[in-house]
Amino acid sequence: MIRRRRARGLATDPFVPVNPTVPRPQATVVVPRENPEKVRSRAERRLKFTTVCFVLGFAVIGLKMGTIAATDAREPATGGLAGADIVSARADITDREGRVLATNVTATALYAQPRLMINPLTAAEGLAQIFPDMEVEVWQKRFTSGSKFYWLKGNISPEQQQAVHDLGEPGLLFGQREMRVYPNGQLAGHILGGARYGQQDVRAAEIKGVAGVEAEFDDYLSDPAREGAPLRLSIDVSVQTAMERVLASGMRLMSAKGAAGVLMDVNTGEIVSMASLPDFDPNSRPAPPTEGTPGDSPLFNRAVQGVYELGSVFKILTIAQSLELGLTNSGTIIDTSGPLRQGRFSIRDFDDYGDRLSVTDVIVKSSNIGTARIALEIGAERQQSFLKSLGLFESTPVELAEAPGAHPLVPARWPDISTMTISYGHGISVSPLHLATAYASVLNGGTRVQPTLLAREGPVVPGPRIVSSRVSAEARNMLRQVVTRGTASLAEVEGYQIGGKTGTADKPSPAGGYYDDKTISTFAGVFPAQDPKYVIVVTLDEPSIEAAGQLRRTAGWTAVPIASELVRRVAPLLGLRPDFDPGVDTFGEYLTQTAAQR
Amino acid sequence: MRILLYALSVSVVVILAFWAYGEGYETRATERDVARLERTIGARHQELSMLRAEWAYLNRPDRLQELAEMNFETLGLIPLAPDHFALADQVGYPPPAPPALPTPPASPQVWAEGEALEQKIGDVIVMTYRFGADAKPRVISPPTLADDGEQLP
Repeated sequence: MIRRRRARGLATDPFVPVNPTVPRPQATVVVPRENPEKVRSRAERRLKFTTVCFVLGFAVIGLKMGTIAATDAREPATGGLAGADIVSARADITDREGRVLATNVTATALYAQPRLMINPLTAAEGLAQIFPDMEVEVWQKRFTSGSKFYWLKGNISPEQQQAVHDLGEPGLLFGQREMRVYPNGQLAGHILGGARYGQQDVRAAEIKGVAGVEAEFDDYLSDPAREGAPLRLSIDVSVQTAMERVLASGMRLMSAKGAAGVLMDVNTGEIVSMASLPDFDPNSRPAPPTEGTPGDSPLFNRAVQGVYELGSVFKILTIAQSLELGLTNSGTIIDTSGPLRQGRFSIRDFDDYGDRLSVTDVIVKSSNIGTARIALEIGAERQQSFLKSLGLFESTPVELAEAPGAHPLVPARWPDISTMTISYGHGISVSPLHLATAYASVLNGGTRVQPTLLAREGPVVPGPRIVSSRVSAEARNMLRQVVTRGTASLAEVEGYQIGGKTGTADKPSPAGGYYDDKTISTFAGVFPAQDPKYVIVVTLDEPSIEAAGQLRRTAGWTAVPIASELVRRVAPLLGLRPDFDPGVDTFGEYLTQTAAQR
Repeated sequence: MRILLYALSVSVVVILAFWAYGEGYETRATERDVARLERTIGARHQELSMLRAEWAYLNRPDRLQELAEMNFETLGLIPLAPDHFALADQVGYPPPAPPALPTPPASPQVWAEGEALEQKIGDVIVMTYRFGADAKPRVISPPTLADDGEQLP
């Protein structure tokens, strides 16, 4: 920029222009104004461009939103193998060796959409020919009634499906679903229970457990988080088969109307086999009975739901308690002269066993009078608390939907006569499973076990102590003598030293009092007695057999031979090696084995 | 300079766009593949569970029992009983095989010798040890059949 030089010296010449103190405003360069038309059109162009940009942007967003709103929501196709892993809606049930007890197979359901039908009347006729249980008139009426949808069949065979296809009716459609299958048929029917369809859709159907393990573990089996891992039961298929076969043939032989059997691991409480006859096929579970007593229905699980007065099998519990309390020992002489009178009741023995017996002989001969006297020594309160500690006052905690409903029947008041009768198993009603649990708890060395149908994993933690291991050994020795020289002599199986007690109780009649000619016969035992592994309970409902010249109803002639055959068949399957050494039957061996175990 | 920069960035955008387009297509193809594989796995699982059910059905105790009874003559299967247990000492193992005798190698020389000897002594076969074990196998008297087919000694 050029600056004007300031004049030096004074201004003498008046015509000399005075330099102003304030600098003059500089002359700005005048920019010639553009053509306003041009400016306007440029601005317009820019505005249009911006508008187009915005419109395009919003249009894209709007279109995308429209597409999102219009299409169905879809999960991302990848990520996780969820689709590949979970195929079954419901997990399998297996036995302890992993053999399948319950599984699913794909099935086809048939449904109808009458609106799509070309000729509803012919369709109904064709269906009636394929499925004999469908009535032509009923379905013709329904197909023409204007309804939109009908389920026709829950699952049909491939042949039936082909036949329906061949009808060529577009209104008859097939739906895919899974079906619960019990490949072993009737085997362990009471334990498995059965299943039915819950919510159903043409694409899938929910399977719900109805009874037994299926109902108890309904949520567990259908929990997707477990990814179809099977539920492993403590049941052994081969043992269960042998049990059901032997019980069935025994029941026929003894012309009994029902039978129940429980085989329990004495240390863990695992139920290796449990059967109740008559039984049913869980694949086609019968409808609940509408008449007759529910206890006679095939659906009734006698081993768990049936509470019976089981009789003399309770005696060993009384004796074990008296030994534990130190009131008696196995050689103590008990007065068994009878009849024993208590108020207006009198207690008799099956036979007259003489005036005095040792405690061992009270068990061996099964003396009601002797046991009642010992129970009086124990007293009502201690007897109650002992039976309560064995779980005989509440329903069993076994994992069956029916179990919580099976409450034992115990007297509300507990006078001395109750103490006396309950000491030999009358006046208290428990299930065979209760009895098996009590036997296992007393005879395994004296610690309480909880019955379970699930295969145990990990080491066994002994429960609270019920009796000392010595008392347990003495009780087993007494039970062994019942078999070697007492009422259960038919139970002997060479090699497996069975010890057990018989029990025969008259059935209470609904009219009050007891039947003369109907009994519940029970054998409860443990084998091998010197080193207990399993507890077995066999109960027969109303057995009778013509043997040795007269009609027999006592357990020694009915339940005991069955139990013996059962042990003979089952023990080898359980991997128990028979021991033919007579030395194992000495009492010293019982104590050594017990000491080695604990 | 500026034009170069613009050209470069535009070409980079174009290249990236191509790359992203390609990746997108590849991803979708892979997704389809994975979905197909998952469907296959699901179908296989279903088949597997079907086969397991069939296996369990074919191995049900009732059927096995019937099969064992039908084939009792050949198999002789009966239910396991306590007397089927035995000590290992009681098992009737086959007697241990006697130690193999060292067989002298059959030398062609011996056979040649024998043949020469045979030539010498004619049709009479002398069963010496050389002619016994080491003799060249030969048919001494083939069975002759009579006209009616009966075998003659």
